[in-house]
Formats: sequence, structure tokens, C-alpha cells
Amino acid sequence: MADREYEIPDDCQYTESDEWVRVDGAIVRVGITDYAQSELNDIVFVELPERGRQIERGEAFGVVESVKAVSDLLAPIAGEISEVHSALSDHPEWLNEDPYGRGWIIALTPEDMESLDGLMSAAEYRAHVKARSGK
Amino acid sequence: MSYVPHTPHELRAMLARIGVASLEELFADVPAALRARAELKLPPALDERALLRFFGGHAGENADVQRHTSFLGGGAYHHFIPAAVDALASRGEFMTAYTPYQAEISQGTLQMIFEFQTLICQLTGLEVANASLYDGASAVAEAALMAARLSRRTRIGVSAGLHPHWRAVLATYGEGIGLELLTVPLDESGRTRADALPDECAALVVQSPNFLGCIEDLGGATKAAHARGALAIAATAEALSLALLRSPGELGCDIACGDAQSFGLPLSFGGPYAGFLAAREKFVRQLPGRLIGESVDANGERAFVMTLTTREQHIRREKATSNICTNQGLCALRVTLWLALFGRRGIRRLAEQNVSLAAYARRAFARAGLRLPYSAPVFNEFTAVVPELANRLARCRAKDILAGVPLERFSPELENHLLVCTTEMNTRAQIDALVRELAS
Amino acid sequence: MSAPGRSGLVFREPLLFESSRAGRAGVPIGDTDVPLVDPARELGDELVRDDVPDFPELAELDVVRHFTRLSQWNYGIDSGFFPLGSCTMKYNPKVNEVVARLPGLAAVHPLADEADVQGLLALACELEAALAEISGLDRVTLQPAAGAQGEFVGVRMIQAYHRARGDTARTRVIIPDTAHGTNPASAALNGLEVVELKSGADGIVHPEALARVADAHTAALMLTNPNTLGLFETHVEKLAEVIHGVGGLVYLDGANMNALLGVAKPGHMGVDVMHFNLHKTFSTPHGGGGPGAGPVAVRNALAPFLPTPVIRREGDRYRLDDEFPHSIGRVHAWYGNAGIWLRALAYIRTLGAAGLAEVTSRAALNANYVLESLRDAYDAPHARRVMHECVLTDRRQQERGVTTADIAKRLMDYGYHPPTIYFPLVVAGALMIEPTECESQETLDGFIETMQRIAREAETEPELVTGAPQRPIVRRLDEVRAARKPRLRWSRSD
Repeated sequence: MADREYEIPDDCQYTESDEWVRVDGAIVRVGITDYAQSELNDIVFVELPERGRQIERGEAFGVVESVKAVSDLLAPIAGEISEVHSALSDHPEWLNEDPYGRGWIIALTPEDMESLDGLMSAAEYRAHVKARSGK
Repeated sequence: MSYVPHTPHELRAMLARIGVASLEELFADVPAALRARAELKLPPALDERALLRFFGGHAGENADVQRHTSFLGGGAYHHFIPAAVDALASRGEFMTAYTPYQAEISQGTLQMIFEFQTLICQLTGLEVANASLYDGASAVAEAALMAARLSRRTRIGVSAGLHPHWRAVLATYGEGIGLELLTVPLDESGRTRADALPDECAALVVQSPNFLGCIEDLGGATKAAHARGALAIAATAEALSLALLRSPGELGCDIACGDAQSFGLPLSFGGPYAGFLAAREKFVRQLPGRLIGESVDANGERAFVMTLTTREQHIRREKATSNICTNQGLCALRVTLWLALFGRRGIRRLAEQNVSLAAYARRAFARAGLRLPYSAPVFNEFTAVVPELANRLARCRAKDILAGVPLERFSPELENHLLVCTTEMNTRAQIDALVRELAS
Repeated sequence: MSAPGRSGLVFREPLLFESSRAGRAGVPIGDTDVPLVDPARELGDELVRDDVPDFPELAELDVVRHFTRLSQWNYGIDSGFFPLGSCTMKYNPKVNEVVARLPGLAAVHPLADEADVQGLLALACELEAALAEISGLDRVTLQPAAGAQGEFVGVRMIQAYHRARGDTARTRVIIPDTAHGTNPASAALNGLEVVELKSGADGIVHPEALARVADAHTAALMLTNPNTLGLFETHVEKLAEVIHGVGGLVYLDGANMNALLGVAKPGHMGVDVMHFNLHKTFSTPHGGGGPGAGPVAVRNALAPFLPTPVIRREGDRYRLDDEFPHSIGRVHAWYGNAGIWLRALAYIRTLGAAGLAEVTSRAALNANYVLESLRDAYDAPHARRVMHECVLTDRRQQERGVTTADIAKRLMDYGYHPPTIYFPLVVAGALMIEPTECESQETLDGFIETMQRIAREAETEPELVTGAPQRPIVRRLDEVRAARKPRLRWSRSD
């Protein structure tokens, strides 16, 4: 149980299902938030998708597993998966240690950059976390 | 007589602590109308003496393989079980323990299952094995479902040599998720025509030795399956054959499944037995059932624990790889005990004796003019054609000989075909007597 | 206070493969009296393997010691109090082991002629009749090898029932949030969609909530009664009415039958199909994870769909009947775990009707006694009386950083198997305690005092609890390591 405040960087946007999104030129990178990794505890496995796959917004593109729990990874926006961070297969702990950096999971080429407008800002996400965790 | 210990004094004190005047008050939440109709009508209670008389009477009405000479096989095998198996499997710490969720006080069960998993891997030549499934039939079903998940195909090629009851269970399980079973026929020698495997199958399932007793060409079947992009699943009903025949893993199979009943489990009218499932390491996350893994404790000492549990129903719920919870833990213990007691040389010696007994029997059948319709090699059971089979079986029965399994009940075209199994529990004299009765 | 958890000397024991020595002979095997053949010559070189590499070679005494020592690290019902909620860890009578080992029962081949197994078929019919009586339903199958397989069968039969009436739209199963994980898994295995139903704040299912999700797509409601909170689903008859009203059927998960014997029959509650767990209510040994048995009981309307073969009596003969054209098929290679259902029948014949009713009344006595005695030290989610099991939470202890997992581990230091933890999911930090009817007040008082002591430790010396366990042969395991880098077998290169 973390007593600390959850890290919620301002340069990212967020989903209700605890994914973060960061624009990186023409693509966006996606991962899970500090709150998510803290709730899951030690992550033991990440089921990754295939490059080139088209996904819809809200569609499950992978699974993250801890010892006692499983969580679907949901696409924040529609697009094509342009990169997959396959090294996570051997280092699932990066999701815990550095969720916004080395813990990035996929990169997406968005179908439509404007769809990012539908995502939460850091402030909105902070409120969303607080409502659930009391922190 | 219900094994409850409460004295009248305890009852009064406990009711008082709870704050009720009677036991009935504890059920106040249950509607009175239900309570009024709930009385059970059952036969009168029996103490141990009466209980044993009751069961003894019924037991006496069954033909058991201790009092009769048995040549029955066909998916359940009469093998030698050393006394130490029962003695150790009866220990209360094994028998009355629960599923090892609390690893610190379950290391006995956990280490034993880790050993079981290893033994199954060694025998099947594959890399990972689970902690057991209900029986061989459900193991085949789970293997097929696993192949379907991995390949995202719904067609399964099933050898005609697969045990008919196992195929029936596979069909029942497969229906729930829309599996289509396609029969791959046998050739004249009694082996699967693997080249007849249709395209777009998730897997080819071949049992070896098969239901007719024939040892299959698993290597050839595997090549045919892989050539069509299908997984090769080897099923085994007579697990002792794994001690002598080239393993499924060595022959390139992806999944091996079956029943380990031959390893220390009594016939027991069909259960409990011990299904097993083994696979290549890359498939581990799709394996159903419990898995025990090695780790360390807080002091750095080696210890064993249930692992990859997120595949299972208690976490994944409807997305689990299977719904299995209770498996066949105590049966896995008997298997592990039996294999450890006989060991590497012992299981080989038993297997060689089985082959020798079947070889002797087949030659005797042939000399007596009883036709052997399949030319494929056999392990410990084979099919023979016996004229007037029903009469001759009755004659054998009158002499306390259970001569074998008539195959017509499974396939109408196999009239007068008899499946005969010879294990290390049979003697030369028994086989000679059998041949005399069947040939005249 | 004595130090439980020790029995004389307790040894560390390597794996079989580590103790193995080339050339050690195991159990002696006499010669066969037929000529030995060379397998490679007889079968062909290409079929025959070398000896299994690295397979253990041990003397019989080595093996006996190995497993004796392993057993000493375990904790069974025979060792001590085992309050594992929803598992019904009651005494496993030794006489049932003697019964199951009678050669006329244990040494019978499943393919023996029908005429040669009349005794076994008669016993099977007796058990079916007893389970029909206990369930208040009509017909029974003994084929399912465990509760989960029973659920699979029951749900499949429900599907078959709907399809036989031409109703192919029944694609959903409604399952309360308090259900055991096997319920949704069994539904999914049948290709059905799961609709989760939230229980009320009082812990039970309400007809209005059910009515909102029940419709023409509902194949069934899967209910556990009493539920996993130990509470009787008081609205059960109304729930059944709602489901029947939309054309669905009611399935009862019978895991908690220990609470209903002589108190209420599922058939009278509107249940159409149910499974029993013989390894729970009916005393068959848990075996470290099975074998169990999960017979299914159904109303007559579902009888056509029973798995085959169906065992039936015709006059004074017993038959194995395959003439069930609408059967869902086989789920077991043979007749279910016969050795297990024989033990369950022995238990039922030992207890009789009065004995079984006593089981339930004392199970409820024990559960409520524990609950009332621990309300001061622990939070309980509901104020209601329970049936055969009760649930506590770690809410109070969490204020000091002590969790349910810690409490469970600390109980081991005092010589107890922990209760079920973190289930049901609807209660955060759940501790589910099922004492069963077999425990005396004295045993329960020992447990209660220990739980109170642990609550005090959580207040004043929480490290004792969070650092537990200290006494078992191993301390807390690194489960993360086991999952990240799974090592699921021994190999020589280790």
C-alpha cells in the first residue's frame, strides 16, 4: 500500500482504465500508470499484441499479470500498432519500476490525432485516482 | 452418529454465547415453509460393523481381478501395485490435506507434485506438465481445447484409434466452444492414416498404443500434422508403454496427454484415475490446470509454490484456460510413489515383461488358428477374431476367466473381435488356458 | 503455550532425482514365465526408446523415508483445526477407506460385464437415491469427477433443455458477485456469456436486481445457497420465480450443502439442477487437491439430457443404459470417480437422516459461535446470523499495516491452517472461516483465543504478524520469482 502520491506526469494524457498516452511525433506511446502498477503489485507477465494490428478505441490489446491478478490493457484511441516493446517479456518489472519511461508497452499510429481530445488530462486523472483510492 | 463432539454442557454454553435458546433458532433466516418439508428419509444409520457387512455383501457380487483371471484392458490396466504405495498414500498428512494454497504448510504436497510434473516430463519427453487432470478422457479434451486456443482453429483431426469413450468426452467438451471433430481413419495394419488429416485443423490427436492395441507411427503422424500447420497431440491410455516406446517429445509431438492409471491406481470400477498433460515450454501459459513451480522463501531456502495461477478459474474466472479446480492430487501422489518405488530399471523391466507376455499370447492365438487382423506391433494388448465369441466368452466366464473386451459393443463391424490384454499380473498358464477355451 | 508445528524431528528432503543413485534397485520384480523378447527386435528399433534419462533410482526404504518426510511438512485435517471457508474440512472417516479398498469394489475393471458388476451398480443406485432425497430433486448422475465438472454438466444440460424446446436465444448465465470462480469458468466453457449480478448491501441477491437483468436470453441463474458469505439467500424462491418467469432455469452450486441438510431442500427452493461436492459435505478426503466428485441432480424435465451411461434398476437387475438420444454425452471415460462416491455412500449410510441433520445444526452452531466470539476483535461485513461459515475482514488491522495475508500466516505460527483468504471478492480482505460440525468448543476456543491474540499483536507488535510465518519449515515464498521465471520441473543442469 503506497503512502506516497501517485506519479501523474503532465506531459501525458490518461484513460479511465489507467493507461497513459504520450505524443511522440506522429505516433503515441501507451503504457500503464503508476497507480495501476501499484494496484497490481509485482508484475510477472505482459501479453503483448502483434505489430501491424488495427485496434479500436477501448479494445483489449494485451494483458498484464501479477501473481494474484490479471488486467486487460485497453486501447486509448483507434489506430495501428506500429511498435511493440517486446523486451518487456523478459523484464516485466520495468512496468513497476519505470511505468512512464522504460515501461512503455506499445506505440500507436492514431487513426485520427483529434481522438486524443477525448482523453483525460493529468488533473482529471488525478481526480479519478483520488475518487477510487482516497489519495 | 455423525462425528460431532459436542457435550450437552458445551451445547448450552455455546448457544448462550451466540444468544439463542436453541439450535433451531440459528435457522430463523430459512423460510418456515422450507424447513417444514426438509426432513430427510434415508435408510437407518449403520455402525462400522454393520457398514462393512453391508458393503461386503455388495462387493461379493462383483467379479474382481483378484479372484478372477483377467485379460481386460481397453483403457484401464491391471498392474502390480506394491504395498508401500498404499501405506504412504494413506498417511493422513497427505490424504486429509487441502489444495496447497498455503505453501508454507503444504511443502509435502507441493514437492510431491513438482516431482510428479518432472516424472511426466521425463516419460513424455516434453518440457512442462501440469499437476494432473481428472482422467485421460478429460486430458484429451483439455489438450484439444488448448490447441484450439493456440491456433484459433476449431477443427480437430481425431484418429479412429482413439478410445471411443475418450472421443465421446472430447466431443462433449468440444461442443461447448464449437469444435468440429474430423475422424482420421486407420489403415489395414491398424494404424492411423495421418496423411488423410484434413487442412485447417488445430491439431491431430493420435492415441498410441491405440484402442485396438496397435502402436502408432507417432513420428509420421507428427510430420503430417505439422505439414498442415496443425499441432500433434499424442494420447496415452496405457502409460506403462512410455517406459519402453519412443516418447512423444522425442518424436516431435507438441502435446502429450493421457491417463497414468497404470502407475499405481487400482481399477476401482473406472475411477479415480489420473489424467496428465504435458507440452512444449512455449505453450506453458495456455496449459490448463494447476502448476507447481520452484522458488525460494524469505530465508533463501528452496521451496515450492503454486504458480502461473492467473490462468486458473479462481482469478481469471470466465477467461480461465479451464474451469478445473479440484484435480486428482492424491492420485498423482500414488503415481509418483509407484514410479519412485520401481524406478528407472523397474519400469523398464515391467514394460519388457508386458511386451513379452503379449508376444507369447499372440503367437499362441495364431498357432491355435485365431486370426489376428492387425499387423502393427503391440505393447500389451491386441485384437483377435474369435468365432462364436459370445459362447466362448461365456465358457471362459464359467471358469472365472475374464477373457477380454468384445469390441462389437464399440463398433458393430468388429463382430467377434476381442481385445486381449496381458500384463505382468498374467502367467503363462493363464494364457495357455485362455487360448484353449477360445480356440476350441 | 506450547510450540505447535513441530513433531519430533522434521527433516529437509531433497528431490527424488537428487537422491537417486545409478544402480539402486527398487521394489523387486520376479521373472515372468513366458520367454522374454527383445523389444527392439519384436517391435522395431524405431519404436523403442532408451531407458528414461535421469529417471530416479532409489531403494524402497529411501522412497518410504522420502515420502514419510514430505508428509511431515504437510498439514491435514488429521493434524489440526482446518477452518477453510467453503471447503468443509470435516473428519474423513477411516472406515470409508476400508470400504473403498474391499477387493470386490477396488479391483473391479470398468469394462467387466454388466452381469459381473451388479453389486457396484446397486451401490451407485443407492447413492443416487440418497442424493435425490437430499436435494429434493429427481434424478442424479455420478459421472462428474469434481464440482467444477458437475457445473459444466449442469450448465450443459440446461443448454440442451432450451435447445430441445427450439429456444436458441438463451446465451447468458446470471451469476452473483459472491460466486466461486468455477461458476463463470464453467459457463464460459459452454460458450455462454456471463452476466454478473451485484448482491445487495445486505450480502444477498434481491429479486428486483435480478429482474432487471433476466430476460429471454437468460439460460440460467447460478446460485450458491447459502452464499459464500455464509448467508442464506432468503429470497431464493422469489429469485427462482423471476428466472422461471423469463423461461430460464435455476442452477445451485451445492458447495455449501453442509448448511442445508435437514434444513431445506434445493428442489423446494425452485432449483432445477445442482451439483454436490462429495469431498466437502460428504467427507471424502481432499487428498491435497483431489480426487473429488461432483454428482449432479436434476428435475425430471432434464432427465433426458443426463450423461450416459445412465445407471438404472429393472426389477432386481441393474443396467447401464445408453439409450438416451438427447443425452449431453459422456463427461468421464467410465462412471465417475467410483472410489470416491463409494466413500460418500459409506458416510451417508453411517450418518443416516438424523446424523446428517445433526451435521448441519452443529456446523451452524460452530460458525456462529466463532463469529460472535470474534466480533470484538475483527470487523464482520454483516450483523446477521450466518449458517455454516462466517466472514471477517482486516479493516481494523489494516490501520496498523497488518493485512489478511499476514493474519493467515501468523495463524500458522500458532499451529492452525488459515481460513480462506481474499474470497469472496465482494468483501475486501475477507477471511472466510468454516469450522465444520466436527470441532468441539474447546478446539474453537483455542482458535478464537489465537485470533484475539493476533489482533492484539497487530495493535502492539505488528512486525510479529507481518513477518510471519516463523515456525513452518519454510518462510513466506517469493511468488513473484516463481511466476516471472517459472521453473516447473527438475532437470539435471540445475
